[in-house]
Parts: sequence; C-alpha cells; structure tokens
Amino acid sequence: MTRMTWITLTVMALLAVLPPVFFWTGNAFYLDLATRLTILAIAAVSLNLILGYGGLVSFGHAACLGLGAYAVGIPAHHWLYGGMDALATTNGFVQIGLAVAITALFALVTGAVCLRTRGVYFIMITMAFAQMVYYLIVSIEEYGGDDGLVIDTRSELPGFNLDDPLQLFALAYVSLVVVMLVVRTIVNSRFGMVLQGAKGNEERMVTLGFNVYLYRLVAYVISGAICGYAGALLGNFTTFISPEMMDWARSGELMFMVILGGAATTLGPVLGSAAFIVLEEFLGRLTIYWHLPFGLMLIGVVLFVRGGLMGLLRGGKE
Amino acid sequence: MSALLEIQSLNKGFGGIKASDDLSLSVEAGEVHAIIGPNGAGKTTLLSQLSGGQKPDIGRILFKGRDLVPLPAHARAHLGIARSFQITSLIMDMSVLDNVALAVQARQGHSFRFLRAARQDASLREGAMGLLRRVGLEAKAQLPTRALSHGEHRHMEIAIALAGQAELLLLDEPMAGLGGEESAHMVTLLRQIKSRHTILLVEHDMDAVFQLADRISVLVYGHVIATGTPDEIRANAAVQHAYLGEE
Repeated sequence: MTRMTWITLTVMALLAVLPPVFFWTGNAFYLDLATRLTILAIAAVSLNLILGYGGLVSFGHAACLGLGAYAVGIPAHHWLYGGMDALATTNGFVQIGLAVAITALFALVTGAVCLRTRGVYFIMITMAFAQMVYYLIVSIEEYGGDDGLVIDTRSELPGFNLDDPLQLFALAYVSLVVVMLVVRTIVNSRFGMVLQGAKGNEERMVTLGFNVYLYRLVAYVISGAICGYAGALLGNFTTFISPEMMDWARSGELMFMVILGGAATTLGPVLGSAAFIVLEEFLGRLTIYWHLPFGLMLIGVVLFVRGGLMGLLRGGKE
Repeated sequence: MSALLEIQSLNKGFGGIKASDDLSLSVEAGEVHAIIGPNGAGKTTLLSQLSGGQKPDIGRILFKGRDLVPLPAHARAHLGIARSFQITSLIMDMSVLDNVALAVQARQGHSFRFLRAARQDASLREGAMGLLRRVGLEAKAQLPTRALSHGEHRHMEIAIALAGQAELLLLDEPMAGLGGEESAHMVTLLRQIKSRHTILLVEHDMDAVFQLADRISVLVYGHVIATGTPDEIRANAAVQHAYLGEE
C-alpha cells in the first residue's frame, strides 16, 4: 500500500474511534462536532467530484444541502401540523428518497443551463440559481420563511434511532465512507477519466468525440444528489433548518473545505471539513474576532501549500 | 476520382478579414493532400471548420457525401475524422498513457461506464501502449505529459490522432517547432501512417511537404490558387510568386 493509502486509512480510523470515545468519557459536545464535520464532509466529497475532478467551480452547492434538509423538514412539519397529507411523513426512506430525487432534479435542470457557460459566468449562474432557491424558501411563510423551521421529529429508519447521538454519528460516518468509495470508483472509471480529461483540455476531448456537456451534466446530477443526501442528514442533526444554510456564503465554505483539504483527492475534502470545523470552533472560543486569524490561515494554506493539506501530507510534491 | 472529402465554396470571415474565400478543395481517398500557404492564409481556420471548432458562414463540407457543417465537433469524430493541433493540445496533468488511453476509449463507444477502473482495463491499456510503440514513446508511457519534450508531444498528438482509426486525419503542422532530427523522425512516422489513412496535412516545412504529399493545394488569402502534384506546384508561376519565391 502506498503512503497515501495509509494516511487515508489512519485518518478514517481516527474519525471512527475518537468521537465515541469522547462521548463515553463525558464530552458529548465533541461527538456533536464530529457528526457535523462528517456530514459536511459528505457534502464536500460530493462537491469535489465536480470541482476537483471536473474543474467546475460551482458556487451554488449549498442549495442542494438546504433542499435536502427541507426534504426532511417539510414532510415532518406536515406530519405534525397537518396539511399536504400526501407529503406528511416521518419515514426516513421517503424523506431521504425525496431529498435525493429533488436535488438530482434541481441539479439536472440548473446544470443543463449552467453547463452551457464557462468560467466566471458558470460561477455566477450557479450562484444565481442557489440564491433563487434561497429566496423561494424565504418567501414561504408556511415553512417559517427566513425564521427557519424546527424539525420536531427526526427521520424514522428501521434499526436506527437518530435521536441517539451515537447512532446518528454512526449513520453519518458509514455514509461518508460509502460516498467516498462511490466517488472514488466513479472517478477511476471510464466516465471519470472523461470528466478529468475535460477538465484538463476540453477542446481535445470534444475533438476526440466526447460530448463533454453530457458527461459533465451527469456528474453534476450525481454530485447534487449526494449533497442532497448530506442535507437530509444535516436536517436530522441540527433539527432546525433555515434558508441561511443555502446562502452563497455556505457554498463558499464547502468550496473552501475542498480546496483547503486538497481538491481531486479522496481524503482531501474530509481533511478540509475537519480542519474547517475544528478551527472555527476553537478559534471562536479564543476570541470573538476569530474570523481574522481563521481567514489568514486559510489564505496561507492556499498561497503556500500546493494541493492543500493533502499536498502537505504528500510532502509538497505532486 | 473518389473524393473522400469535398469542400465546396467555403466562406468564413472575421470582421473584415476573409479567412476562407470561396474555398473549394477535394481530398481523394488514400492520398496525402498538403495545404501550404503563407502565414495568415487561413490554413488552421480551414481545419477548424472541418473538425467542427468553427462554423463556415457559407459553404458545404461533404465527407463521404454527407454534409458536415450542421454537425457538432464530437459527432464528426464518430464519422471518422481525427485532428491533431498546431499548438500541442494534450492533457498535461495526465500521464502519457492516460492521454492516449482516452483516445482509445473514445473509439470504443460511449463512456457512461461508472464501475470498472479504466486504468486496469486491458483493452484500453494495450491499445494505448500499441499506439505509443508506433510513435516510439512506449518507454515514457507512465510519465506525466508535461514532463515530455515538445518533439515528444508532437508524436503523442499523432498517436492520439491514430487511436480513432479515423479514415481522415487532419494534421495541423505536425513538424512545428521540431529540430532536424526530430523532423526526420516525424516524416518517417507519417510515411508509415499514409498507407492506412487519408491525410490532410497543413505544414510549413516545405521539405516535409514535398517528401510526403501526393497532391498539394496552395492557399492564399483564404482561396485555393492552385492544386497539383508536387512537381506541378514547383513549376507553377503563380505559386512561386505568391509563396515559394518569397523564401
């Protein structure tokens, strides 16, 4: 096994073991922190598929995270308060299925438009679509508008009790591992090679006969659907959802996790999310002006470490 | 005469400049047809219109009797047209083998295959290694593409163009920037290729053109002023005036 494989396995083993140990030794808070970073890591891994491997700088990924969370929140809301009987449920399979289906559809429709543009225009238009969803949710009084929505009842899954923080973490962790393996398999497949080739040289790929647009659209939909799944988990974790979670600044944070950790690597987005969440937490305790040192650190990593934290672990060499 | 490619009255303008001006040309199956002409004569623009990167304003491009103009670039590749670029157009972040393997993959139909690892796929690997052997780059297969020299990049371009087993190869200045020995190597390689493919060759290197071409067309200001065998072109007064004489 290569050194990177060892590092990946070690980090993933630590992430599996440490949070429950904290929980059992009376530091439940750290388990919460770990659950949050694990769920965001799933979102970051999904973004990495299009951003890292596809070279598509999407600034609207948080919309999928938010839509996924609302796909849990809205059925749960109707289940408790009535109305929209067809939608009212706390069944986890239905909610998660809804989250994945809606975000896949959202990615398909918006991707079909966005992917016709390039560069800065792509960034702007992905952001614009995400903001549209943001304002749509803000405008719906029934679901709390910009005050947000409390999820009173978590998703019900057979064999799982998501009210138990340890079980919720376990679900998030297993999901993360599965998603990492899925993305890794896709990336190494023929499909993945086309996606990466188009990132490196689109004109060449088109001349070879690849309909690059179609390959990118499929990747965009897969990425959106995985992020929708992460959103469903996030809704179950926070039990409070608001349009703020799909604000463009949240999309920026997801992008940062990917780049900070190391784009186009299996472990990178996970390391990036971990570093992001842990730094945010601990710097926030030291000073209320934590954004300043945090920002400086991030700038430092981007400027001086090629390939993010993964680049650092690899010894700076590609 | 069996014309594989028939270009009819192609016109393409950029602002006031006519890159193609009532350009007509036919390429017969099996020949090496060279396009020569001074800088700015519209040679690369012609290739781009053939491969689909640019659309002509007016005119038809018949490939085996079928008009290519309405077709997008990726569809033309499937009909049997491959192109190499004047400015090396490779995927620099990928290995030499991956670059060529992608070209092999393109020939094998769609790539909406998500499960099997492409780098472990014997049909892709062996196909790509075979092509690299033909252009003499077998030993460098695993290196990142950016680590290779310019001359080696030019040879990779040929390997990629060959991967599609295209009937028609559009080669845009394969000799560009090559030193004496490298050029000779490339001429030898193209000689081997020409038995199996029809080639439309845009080239500035006159020695190479006269060694390789069966017929030559001379392009000046987007218009074909003469077509003929190398000997005919050498003897043509208009060509000498417009182009060869200037050297």
